[in-house]
Amino acid sequence: MSFLSYLINGISLGSVYAIIALGYTMVYGIAKMLNFAHGDVIMIGSYVVFTMASTWGMNPMLAIVVSVIFCTVLGVVIERVAYKPLREATSLAVLITAIGVSYLLQNVALLIFGAGTKSFTSVVPVPALRLAGGALTISGETIVTVIACIVIMIGLMLFIKKSKSGQAMLAVSEDRGAATLMGVNVNRTIALTFAIGSGLAAIAGVLLCSAYPSLTPYTGSMPGIKAFVAAVFGGIGSIPGAFIGGVLLGVIESLARAYISSQLSDAIVFGVLIIVLLVKPTGILGKKINEKV
Amino acid sequence: MHLRRNKDEKTIGLVLAGAMVLSLAACGQGNGGSAQDDGTTFRIGGIGPLTGNNAIYGNAVMNGAQMAVDEINADGGINGVQLEFDFQDDESDAERAVNAYNQLKDWGMDMLVGTTTSSPCEAVVARSNEDNMFQITPSATSVNSIQYENAFRMCFSDPSQGTASADYIAENGLASKIGIIYDSSDTYSSGIASAFESEAQAKGLEIVSKEAFTGESNTDFSVQLQKAKDAGAELLFLPIYYTQTALILAQADTIGFEPLIFGSDGFDGILDVDNFDKSLAEGVMFLTPFSTNSTDELTQNFVQKYEEQFGGTPNQFAADAYDSVYVIKQAAEQAGLTADMSASEMCDALKTAMTEISFTGLTGKDIQWGADGEPQKAPIVVQVENGEYQILQ
Amino acid sequence: MKTKKISKFAQTNLITYGIAAAAFIVVEIMLLTGSMSSLMEGLLVPLCTYAILAVSLNLTVGILGELSLGHAGFMCVGAFSSAFFSVCVGDAFGSDLFRFVIAILIGAVTAGIFGLIIGIPVLRLRGDYLAIVTLAFGEIIKNVINALYVGRDSKGFHISLSPLTLEPDGKMIINGAQGLSGTPNDSTFIIGFILLLMTLFIVLNLIHSRTGRAVMAIRDNRIAAESVGVNITKYKLLAFSVSAALAGIAGVLYAHNLSTLTALPRNFGYNMSITILVFVVLGGIGNIWGSMIAAVILTLLPEMLRGLNDYRMLIYAIVLIVLMLFNWSPGARTFRARLKEKVGRHKQTEEVK
Repeated sequence: MSFLSYLINGISLGSVYAIIALGYTMVYGIAKMLNFAHGDVIMIGSYVVFTMASTWGMNPMLAIVVSVIFCTVLGVVIERVAYKPLREATSLAVLITAIGVSYLLQNVALLIFGAGTKSFTSVVPVPALRLAGGALTISGETIVTVIACIVIMIGLMLFIKKSKSGQAMLAVSEDRGAATLMGVNVNRTIALTFAIGSGLAAIAGVLLCSAYPSLTPYTGSMPGIKAFVAAVFGGIGSIPGAFIGGVLLGVIESLARAYISSQLSDAIVFGVLIIVLLVKPTGILGKKINEKV
Repeated sequence: MHLRRNKDEKTIGLVLAGAMVLSLAACGQGNGGSAQDDGTTFRIGGIGPLTGNNAIYGNAVMNGAQMAVDEINADGGINGVQLEFDFQDDESDAERAVNAYNQLKDWGMDMLVGTTTSSPCEAVVARSNEDNMFQITPSATSVNSIQYENAFRMCFSDPSQGTASADYIAENGLASKIGIIYDSSDTYSSGIASAFESEAQAKGLEIVSKEAFTGESNTDFSVQLQKAKDAGAELLFLPIYYTQTALILAQADTIGFEPLIFGSDGFDGILDVDNFDKSLAEGVMFLTPFSTNSTDELTQNFVQKYEEQFGGTPNQFAADAYDSVYVIKQAAEQAGLTADMSASEMCDALKTAMTEISFTGLTGKDIQWGADGEPQKAPIVVQVENGEYQILQ
Repeated sequence: MKTKKISKFAQTNLITYGIAAAAFIVVEIMLLTGSMSSLMEGLLVPLCTYAILAVSLNLTVGILGELSLGHAGFMCVGAFSSAFFSVCVGDAFGSDLFRFVIAILIGAVTAGIFGLIIGIPVLRLRGDYLAIVTLAFGEIIKNVINALYVGRDSKGFHISLSPLTLEPDGKMIINGAQGLSGTPNDSTFIIGFILLLMTLFIVLNLIHSRTGRAVMAIRDNRIAAESVGVNITKYKLLAFSVSAALAGIAGVLYAHNLSTLTALPRNFGYNMSITILVFVVLGGIGNIWGSMIAAVILTLLPEMLRGLNDYRMLIYAIVLIVLMLFNWSPGARTFRARLKEKVGRHKQTEEVK
């Protein structure tokens, strides 16, 4: 029984990683950049919801909508100002700029909201599910996060497969040069990717803070890194891979903590990641790339 | 990925070289006249994290100390000498703390209130000892933070807190089966946890689970809670800060685990987390030197003034810092400090005076210091009742 | 053609050593005349530390062409192994300098061995996957050190991953998250500077040797290099472990500059790895003296901005973004090219390529 409850804990933690990893993997797949500021967009999104719902007393659902719009705009602006000029530069230059943006967002939040912790009120209306006479509990947040994750995943996959913009994204991710020649507006496609990725970040932020109700300017950074690891785990660039990677990461972390050592659980998670990558160098669902001279 | 070097980099390199020369020059000038102590005031320096994960503690210390300095100045200063106060950011990092310390030395610091956190304090105290600079830390709890004779402490040390907590639990028969959750990447938390563990065992309490978390994975505690629950813990000892406590309480509630919660002084402030559901903290007990609910006039005035000036309720960091400045005042009056003394002379005088004074402030009555720098004061145990702190002892 | 190339190398070397020597002379003059602030004086050793780190990471990133996000892990290994040695030995050697030299060797060798061990699996991967695995190793090192307890009593050394109980005469040396304290303060600017020069010497000579050319051939085209018989694994491992050993030396300097050593995310976590990477990228990938200068500037910058308190880190972030844009964006590049052309025409020198 305790094993089951550890497993459920792992899934609920993993579903949060997964929803963040979806944003990471999408941006990576199309813009080919590690957007280290993704975690901080999540934090900003959560602060927007917090301010709207808890401070101004707005309806939580309305607050989420505002937050999604805000983050979408923020994502597009960041892309336009900081990343677009570096489109032709080495990927490392973009990586460092993303880190700069990450520091910037953290410090702006620190100045506006202060260093104090805000306790986030869960916006999830679903009650916890108690099974086996209360021995097993699945929180409402877990249920909603997992469902949201699956819905978003399927939505994204359909979007990419069926819509014209989605096909453009696929084309850009396969071969940017060829896509341009075929009349795809690369800049607009990448901007759209950032818009969607940042909008997702707002939703991820709300779910992260509903599950773990503590909000500081640094809330986004560690889950961001973990989600990045999850995305690589599942095969970065692959949308179902992000989901699988996230959930697996959460489950491994939870079981390692329960059965091996709570002190060393981080080391174990990273150790498993290394082993997986050594066996399958592009992650679980990653595509194998043949190198040409 | 190919990381090619770029031909244009020479240009940027030259720009960088120019910038370096400029900044080196700027450093040299930093020593110039204005920074020197003109010998008409006492300059008190402070160090703590104003940015980064621990920013909240540094800010509290800064505010608390600033308030005390302002009050003392309004009352005519120490021995008729006015005070100046400068607080520097260390991001809770040892190296940055040493930099901050050096910056304050350049400014002409006479005594130091700091640093706020333990590990930076250990690094700084080694330097302040070399310089013979008087140092009183409001909140660094590790034993080594005040290992030299120039350094004193305002708060409890890690071992004394762990021991006092175990004693209190055993003497009041609160529970016999105890679970511990602590932050294994934090000096403060692991220090208290190990002291608590050994004292609890000595007192015949049973530690049924001892689980750690780290700074990197400090959001999900459900496994640690589940293990404590399965092991039948009646009481959960949490030597951690209140930010994580709020999360632990919420998650314990979700899995239907309702042990008695006993915490360290890091709990103080839990009721003031913005938007926190206070019912979760109902019945939580913790050890603290300071409570905003104390009815004495000193505390009430402090709390009221702090709220007016900075907004938000002060926590024990602010109270410790406020007291630290007043301790300096009392010791300086005892020693008869004058503004024309050098920092080293002040340190010698204050060191002796510290062991002679008996201080009453926000964080304790009749506190006395030994030459080792540890304060002798009785801890207060506080319990949350109806969303308010109630003093038990 | 050949002679021309060599002279170009010599020129770069000369610039690199020249910058270091000039900085040294300026600092020494300022120290002698007492015109240096305590802040600056205290920053001298950290500046050497970060310059060494930047140069050593540039070997991995710029010369070997692999993105490493775990460089702080090697620094951590060097720091802890050497500090452990120094604390254990105490004053038994009589000479502080001798003890420190041994400590430096221990730090470098231990970190180098870690580099080798980690390099074997890691270097099979490529690109961002390699980056994430180095990040993972860095985090593992930090996590394990935070759970490591080493004590010594009359029965000898005790090592454990859980808190230890020692004999009454025992003493904890590495105490889990509370780390290691009482490291002797052996790092001085002179030693730091000598170490920096040694690092430069090793890296520059490596680059301009047969080995270095092999490594760069792998970077530029792995398959082509392999087809002409370059032993990929050997050269990659060599460069990677030298880079790790140099980071270990920086760790030794770091540890012996502070009396306390704890493995926190701030000093040995991925944050630090990223900070070092920023030095390398800002100074120019593959440009050794550039990364040295970038390390100095970016370490000084937050300290210079101390007066601004709350806005300090905000400005640091903005400067970082602006510098990257200035260095890499096409607009800024044309602007710089035009500027260069103007200056060039003015001087009547040869045309810009």
